[in-house]
Amino acid sequence: MEYFIELFLSGLTRGSIYALIALGYTMVYGIIQLINFAHGEIYMIGAFVALIVAGVCTIYGFAGVSVLIIAAIAAVIYASAYGYTLEKIAYRPLRGAPRLSPLISAIGMSIFLQNYVLLAQTSDFLPFPRLIPDFEFMEPVAHIIGSPELVILVTTVVTMILLTLLIKKTKVGKAMRATQQDMSMARLVGINVDRIISLTFVIGSALAAIGGVLVASYIGQVNFYIGFLAGVKAFTAAVLGGIGSIPGAVLGGLVLGLTESFAAGYVSSDYEDVFAFGLLVLILILRPAGILGKARKQKV
Amino acid sequence: MKKFTVLLSSMALFLSLAANGFAADTIKLGVAGPHSGDLAPYGIPAMKAAQLVVKKINAAGGVLGKQVELLIQDDQCKPEIATNTATKLVTDGADVVLGHICSGATKAALGIYNDARIPVMSPSATNPGLTQTGDYPNFFRTIASDDMQAQLAVDFAINNLKVKKVAVLHDKGDYGKGFAEFAKKYLDESGKVEVVLFEGITPGAMDYSSIVQKVRREKAEALIFGGYHPEASKLVSQMARKRLKTLFISDDGVKDASFLKVAGAAADGAYVTGPLDLSKVPLNAAAIAEFKAEYGADPGAFFQEGYSAALALLNAIEQAGSTDYDAVTNALRTKYVETPVGNVKFDSKGDAEGVGFAMYKVENGAFAEVK
Amino acid sequence: MLKEFRQSLLVSIWFVFLTFPLMVVRVNTTESIVEWRWMSLVWVAVASFFLSYLWRYMLARQQAKKKVEEEGVQQLSKAQLLLEDMTFRYKAMGVLLAFSLVFPWIFDTYQSTIMISALIYVVLGLGLNISVGLAGLLDLGYVAFFAVGAYSYALINHHFDFGFWACLPVGGVLGCLFGVILGFPILRLRGDYLAIVTLGFGMIIKVVLENWNEFSFGPSGIANIDRPGLFGIDMNIDGSTTYIYYIMVAMVVFTILITMRLRNSRIGRAWIALREDEIACVAMGIDMARTKLSAYALGAFWAGMVGVLFAAKTTFINPASFTFMESAIILSIVVLGGMGSILGVILGAFILILLPEYLRAFSEYRMLAFGAAMVLMMIFRPQGIISNIRQKYEYKGLKEEADNG
Repeated sequence: MEYFIELFLSGLTRGSIYALIALGYTMVYGIIQLINFAHGEIYMIGAFVALIVAGVCTIYGFAGVSVLIIAAIAAVIYASAYGYTLEKIAYRPLRGAPRLSPLISAIGMSIFLQNYVLLAQTSDFLPFPRLIPDFEFMEPVAHIIGSPELVILVTTVVTMILLTLLIKKTKVGKAMRATQQDMSMARLVGINVDRIISLTFVIGSALAAIGGVLVASYIGQVNFYIGFLAGVKAFTAAVLGGIGSIPGAVLGGLVLGLTESFAAGYVSSDYEDVFAFGLLVLILILRPAGILGKARKQKV
Repeated sequence: MKKFTVLLSSMALFLSLAANGFAADTIKLGVAGPHSGDLAPYGIPAMKAAQLVVKKINAAGGVLGKQVELLIQDDQCKPEIATNTATKLVTDGADVVLGHICSGATKAALGIYNDARIPVMSPSATNPGLTQTGDYPNFFRTIASDDMQAQLAVDFAINNLKVKKVAVLHDKGDYGKGFAEFAKKYLDESGKVEVVLFEGITPGAMDYSSIVQKVRREKAEALIFGGYHPEASKLVSQMARKRLKTLFISDDGVKDASFLKVAGAAADGAYVTGPLDLSKVPLNAAAIAEFKAEYGADPGAFFQEGYSAALALLNAIEQAGSTDYDAVTNALRTKYVETPVGNVKFDSKGDAEGVGFAMYKVENGAFAEVK
Repeated sequence: MLKEFRQSLLVSIWFVFLTFPLMVVRVNTTESIVEWRWMSLVWVAVASFFLSYLWRYMLARQQAKKKVEEEGVQQLSKAQLLLEDMTFRYKAMGVLLAFSLVFPWIFDTYQSTIMISALIYVVLGLGLNISVGLAGLLDLGYVAFFAVGAYSYALINHHFDFGFWACLPVGGVLGCLFGVILGFPILRLRGDYLAIVTLGFGMIIKVVLENWNEFSFGPSGIANIDRPGLFGIDMNIDGSTTYIYYIMVAMVVFTILITMRLRNSRIGRAWIALREDEIACVAMGIDMARTKLSAYALGAFWAGMVGVLFAAKTTFINPASFTFMESAIILSIVVLGGMGSILGVILGAFILILLPEYLRAFSEYRMLAFGAAMVLMMIFRPQGIISNIRQKYEYKGLKEEADNG
């Protein structure tokens, strides 16, 4: 039983990170029906900026939690800025182009950003400072769940609640939902659609950066390539839950994380990825729009 | 048609001879390895080592009175690209080649060099088959092969650590899985140890906590891991996080300064095999100092081996008095050369004599040799 | 003028801000050193300032062109008109074929090797062109079929010692089979879902090859695969490279012929109809399942076949050759060349594979340029290098009648 709980918790931790990144995919997809392939790279850039800022701060004498907060804020700001610029350069000129064009552009951007970081920084794995402190009260259960996992889970839950509030309760959120439902209609009622799209990218990137900082301080290393696999998995999670649906992304992330964890724990980690993608295919056969996705009616 | 062919090929021959004639005032050292892509960290240090060596030797007057020219080629560790780079180096007239980095790429490229009779020396390709099958008489390496490491790791686990239950993990890669399979084989053969777990982990995965829990459940006393340092540091940190006291034993791919830096305190107590202690070798310290002066950072994986290979190859040409294949390989096999990995010559199969492995333990953030 | 200047200045400042932490700061946490590279800041500022001018100019031109296209008929460029001219086409093809036949005798073995790689990608591009370009089914795991072909030859050769020629069709058929296997579960999916499932399929194949040691020899791969045989003649590496080169040329010609015929066949038109509008296509009575499956299967067939040749050429394969990056490269060949256009795909393959080979000096910046090219190409020339010319069917009789009456 204890083993089961251990696996469950590690699946939950992993899944909540997937969910954080998947939200970026799903929000962007919901509005402009584009798979933002470079989203994983934004996550990586977030982690890298946090590493650099944290490194500089530590060297100049800051310490402890203040570094974590400064680094996280910097990561969020920069990731958002990159997300914003990314949309302006690579996707906006392609609005109205055939579906495949922005997708290819996104793949190109992903390759570009990866190599940009590789050339500007380094190809090595860099140690990420352990910014999350070990809490005293966690010690008795440390072998099951450690402080970083707790921080990840709590941060994810808080972020999700804030995001839901933003979308459900604020004016901006209303505008976002309107744009998602019908872009031209939203424009007619006076919503600045371009700004809403930019905002979606900014929010999605910020979430990815939070994920990036959490993961980096959890596993303690950063490299230019970490974005790719995380991106693919998060994207899988988004599709699993029903791309375009925000609760779907969260659910998809958790389901994927738990599947991987249980598959590795009870079967074999040799075929971890096979289980993840096998589940995806299975769910898509049964529910082609994902777990919570609504099948869009095709109008002719 | 035949005549035409002969005519053309003789023309080509003449042209290439002429080209060689013009270019004969340099010695060409080919360097092949991954210089871009995700495996670049393993190729770039050797490339930089070659650049340092060549710079130094050229400043001191070159080899046989000629300047040394570097031909640097990126193979991204992919076999199919490696065959292209190998052909490129052959047609560019490389006299000797330092490379390739990955065993797979090396295997794919060696046939081409062998046909062209070019001696090849790898700083990092540790696949046992490369030397032991005898298929590639032109191949040398400045690193010992994987089965030696696995043997050492297993012997150490059984004799020194006296463990009874061992978990073996690998990163599903050529190198890591090869090491893990040898380790499992030797463990099974010993009959004293039970292998409770043999599995691959996904490199680059977000975390390994499930597998760490599994190791705990199987009550393994030691964990032998085959792979590279990024995964190893993730594993040891998560083991520490989960308060798991299982001993960690790993390979040369982990014995890297990055492992200590990234894993930090969690790395303490880990055992890794690695090349024999080189800190006493004066050339080694000098090479690292050179690198630091040039790039202001620590050299990285396979730097010493790359440096040694470049030195050994160029020294062999000097000793042989020409770039003739037989003379150079003969010099490599008979003449000792002073390098950062020690005073070495190569045996008939191409493995460096005197290059072996020792067991290291991480103590206070440094690797200390276990006597 | 001033407005333009201010705009560029803003862009420049923005990019300086954006690239500041990554381009300027480099920290070494273990030794507590921060390296400040202020020079790169200047470069970024200057470059982004001038590039933004260029960017705006190009965008404006693009807009203007779009407007013209919307207003009037599609303007065929001179190059396109030239390509339409049949006599020119035949002449050009003759010259190209002659050139490709003497190629290995003019250039050295290295050039032939490179050319073989490029030709392999030509066939891969043409194969993927069937599913992506013609049928509009995005496939991000195309390399899996390539792996199937390569491994089928390597394994059959290893275990049963069958030669290259016997395995060539086997590889193709196996590729085909896997195409159908992949095709079935995703018949109901559209566009973007397809992308992730095919991506997953590509990864699954790789994971299986890495883990199933008894079957595929795991990550260490299979070495000493036989090169193609020519009636048992022993060839050195130069000879066999030339031989493989000719096989490859023949294969490319074969592929071009078949795909050309396929495109103009009943099934080819069904693919194009499916790409344009799935619902209308089904309403017109086209069997969607069969059409989709056939697109996958036929696309996969080429990958399987050329995979056999790939294994024979490198004589060593391991799972590391079949990564997502390969799929992305093949996809960009199709896209950059021009989706649906055969000549475009061929040109795309040559540019993407040969250019990096010859620009090895810039190899560090290769992938960077590659990514940027994909983005820029999509924005400024989405139809690819050679855009596909729509086949037009005009009924002349009716028009004349109308004129007369």
